[in-house]
Amino acid sequence: MNDPQLARSTEPVFSTRGVTKVYRTGTVDVWALRGVDLDLYPGELAVMLGPSGSGKSTLLNIMGGLDVPTEGKVYFRGQDLSTYSERKLTRYRRDHVGFVFQFYNLVPSLSAWENVALVTEIAKNPMKPEEALAMVDLEDRMSHFPAQLSGGEQQRVAIARAIVKQPEVLLCDEPTGALDSKTGVIVLEALARVNEELGTTTAIITHNAGIRQMAHRVFSFLDGRISEQTVNETRIAPSEVSW
Amino acid sequence: MRVLDRKVVRDLRRLWAQIIAVALVMACGVATIVLAVGAYRSLEETRATFYARQNFADLFATATRAPLRLSTQIDAIAGIRSTEYRISKPVVLDIQGMMEPAAGLVVSIPDTAEPVINKPYLRKGRLPFQGRPYEVAIDEKFAIAHGIGPGDGFNALINGKYRELAVTGVVLSPEFIYALGPGDLIPDERRFGIMFMRRSALEGPFDMEGGFNSLVAKLDTSANIEEVLDRVDDLLKPYGGIGAIERDDQISDAFLDNELQELRSMALVIPPIFLFVSAFLVNMILSRLISLEREQIGLLKAIGYSNLAIAGHYAKLVLVIAAIGLAIGSALGAWLGRALTQLYGTFFSFPYLIFLESFDLYALAGGIAVAAALAGAANAIWSVVALPPAVAMRPAAPLRYRSFLGKAGLIVHLFSQTTTMALRHLARRPVRTAITSLGTSFSVAILCTALFMFDSMENMIDFTFYQSERQDGMLTFSNERAAESITAVRSLPGVMRAEPFRSTAVRMIRGHRELEMEISALPANGDLARVLTDSGTPVQPPSSGLLVPEWVAKKLRLKPGDIVRLELLQHDSRVVEAPVTAIVQTLIGLGTFMELNALNRLIGDGNRISGARVKIDQNRLDDIFDEVKHTPAIASFTLLSAAKVKFREIIEQNIAVMASVYVVLAVIITFGVVYNSARIQLAERARELASLRVLGFTRGEVSSVLLTELGVIIALAQPLGWLLGYGFAWSVIRGFESDLFRIPLVVEPSTFARASMVVVAAGVVSALIARRRIDKFDLVSVLKTRE
Repeated sequence: MNDPQLARSTEPVFSTRGVTKVYRTGTVDVWALRGVDLDLYPGELAVMLGPSGSGKSTLLNIMGGLDVPTEGKVYFRGQDLSTYSERKLTRYRRDHVGFVFQFYNLVPSLSAWENVALVTEIAKNPMKPEEALAMVDLEDRMSHFPAQLSGGEQQRVAIARAIVKQPEVLLCDEPTGALDSKTGVIVLEALARVNEELGTTTAIITHNAGIRQMAHRVFSFLDGRISEQTVNETRIAPSEVSW
Repeated sequence: MRVLDRKVVRDLRRLWAQIIAVALVMACGVATIVLAVGAYRSLEETRATFYARQNFADLFATATRAPLRLSTQIDAIAGIRSTEYRISKPVVLDIQGMMEPAAGLVVSIPDTAEPVINKPYLRKGRLPFQGRPYEVAIDEKFAIAHGIGPGDGFNALINGKYRELAVTGVVLSPEFIYALGPGDLIPDERRFGIMFMRRSALEGPFDMEGGFNSLVAKLDTSANIEEVLDRVDDLLKPYGGIGAIERDDQISDAFLDNELQELRSMALVIPPIFLFVSAFLVNMILSRLISLEREQIGLLKAIGYSNLAIAGHYAKLVLVIAAIGLAIGSALGAWLGRALTQLYGTFFSFPYLIFLESFDLYALAGGIAVAAALAGAANAIWSVVALPPAVAMRPAAPLRYRSFLGKAGLIVHLFSQTTTMALRHLARRPVRTAITSLGTSFSVAILCTALFMFDSMENMIDFTFYQSERQDGMLTFSNERAAESITAVRSLPGVMRAEPFRSTAVRMIRGHRELEMEISALPANGDLARVLTDSGTPVQPPSSGLLVPEWVAKKLRLKPGDIVRLELLQHDSRVVEAPVTAIVQTLIGLGTFMELNALNRLIGDGNRISGARVKIDQNRLDDIFDEVKHTPAIASFTLLSAAKVKFREIIEQNIAVMASVYVVLAVIITFGVVYNSARIQLAERARELASLRVLGFTRGEVSSVLLTELGVIIALAQPLGWLLGYGFAWSVIRGFESDLFRIPLVVEPSTFARASMVVVAAGVVSALIARRRIDKFDLVSVLKTRE
């Protein structure tokens, strides 16, 4: 139902133009991004591949409002994020973006349900926490604390927490990086399901080239640039991803 | 420099703000002990030196009038090394520019030689010359109070005769460091002065040719004091001797001792509390600070460092912190100690000061501080090195949290998720929460300890001047007079009401215990002077029997109904008996009370009185002063309002300064502790809080998690802090008890409130600083680092 080919005729959710990021550490300048142009369309599931230091995480952070570019523009639905104040960026993250990290970043003192409810308390139009948890098949683990959950379960709580606000974009940085193949697949399934059912534009950073086949489009990063961009004519299901 | 040592330097640089805060807490603990004990020791040493140089007497005796020929017998007493036979008499002074009469005590110095015992220390001018009966040397405090010195003059009523006196010199005497005027509760240098005149100038006016009424003596170090006192008493008794005393009982020395004891009490009670509290806090802070290094410790182990090497590495960090604290504390303590010694030196009018450097104190304070710091660090280091490196390098396993209310708590959501986060975090580590709260409560407690003294002093002033002594003034006769004299007092201009009193010196004996004191006899149904019970209820003096202050009762183990023996020291040491009727409360002096007629019956020399308490028409003060100045029968007239002012002044100079120093140090400790708690909390929760920021929580919302935690800890600390503070205050008060003062233990609610407010303010400031750090969170890097 969310055919990105169709969607491509509409306005992109994200557009970056000439995005450059330089980290000045003492006397040395580190060029993390060297002019990246990229468009993401509604409902699209994009995978970003590349070696360490190729700039994919930096781009994701800039798109998510966690960082600002040194040069270039980042448009979210036509709004230039690079001009946003700290306050507006917080607002933007709160209202539009869902994050999933490699190390889950759950609050250990809150139960699964509460970790999700943490977001519903501040979001504009959230689902119920239990609905989000049901989407990741955790409805029966809602009252467990992070320490009582496996890594895959924790990551699924993190996904539930990211989607409960019904964000327009879901940004995932190595969501399966800390997981074994079996739990990794379950997490990917959850992400694919969210992408399908909610139509959330999803960007996934990964080292795992096998994951590329479940994406609509794949961006390969090298030395702060997009070196290659491919469109998958046929996508595979997460369960078919070879690890 | 070895790499690990470089790490020490960089860690110090990275943690500078917290290190300064820890070092300051430690410094305050060290400073209190160095300053308090240092000041006390310096003053003790100064007094000892002053006494030695001025050859301060070991024995003091007075008589009504003893013949000088007695000197052969007294000098022959085994143990007496040297003696001086003096004339010492009260006089009334008329000082220009002073409305009311001043009281004076004139003391003779030998005609032909300089005094050898109790030598006056000449500050200005010279001693009077022999053969110039109008020349006088006056004590420095009196001179300063009136702005007079050599070349000036004033009038004195010497045994009823007016004489113009010329000041030749200003002196300090070891005998009158603390000069208490007649009827005064506390010294007032404006209204009471000491003057030294040649013997021949006083013999005539006081009818003392060939006689003396004051004896001072130096004793051999091997002398049996009790025996010497007894022999002197035997010889002087026929001439009105009321008992020789040794140096410890001499009024100036006793008062000085009392002051020094207060200082000592402050030095021995409060600084150890401060030092202990700061040590505890340093221990707590460092333990948590090192805990944050867990992964680095694990890494060091993984690459092959021994546990000892790792412990040594962190010990260096801690030792640098301790060294900074010790250096600041010692310097601050020494400087404050010197300033305090100077202040007290001026107050006691020592001619010079001898500062003692107490290296043992630096060592002691330093040892405790360093030990506390190392113990705190060791605690944390050992818990980490005990783990296999692979485990240590991983973050600590997430804590297993629980809902407060079990399953129900997960369904009934009372608080927002952020509040729940804060509360669960506290509840999950109850021991640490309790220790942090305890640490904070110590801050509350030491603030209470420093502040309560002002309450107790106010209470003492209220009890003494508003509840017990309610007269405007007190007239003391030169000699005891017939009870009918009260009529004459009532007819003095301006006197609206007068109540007679009689006081006499006694030795109260109960079994083998005895105590010298004064009995004050008051009229039945009197209203000006009231005797109060512990709870503040007035007690009428009974028609026979004694009202004994609680303190005396404790010393002599007395209870109502007991019979005591009273040796009437001013009446041939006749021994009489009297029952104890009730135990009462007094704060100043040892005085025991009786009904006037009852005392007269005991003494058996008719109805006599020593003076009167009076209520005065404030508009006619001039008249009464004028009258008193010209009435030889009146030895002194004390205005209570002046005494109140003076009392407050002395307290402010004395205790308030010290207390203020402690308040400042307590405030610094409080800020150091609360700030560090907040910073450590922030470091421990950085990742979690950054996650919230990523999720779109504002800085304010994220800060509220930290603030809630800090708030709960501070709130929990208050009641415990009050309780601890009351306990500390109690131990300070116990240290203050002496023969001359008893300070009531009073901690006003406002003091608890003030202490709490300081701690809360420290919390708010620390929270704001922590808040600024939350604002500066690097969200990306926080999330990149592994949990």
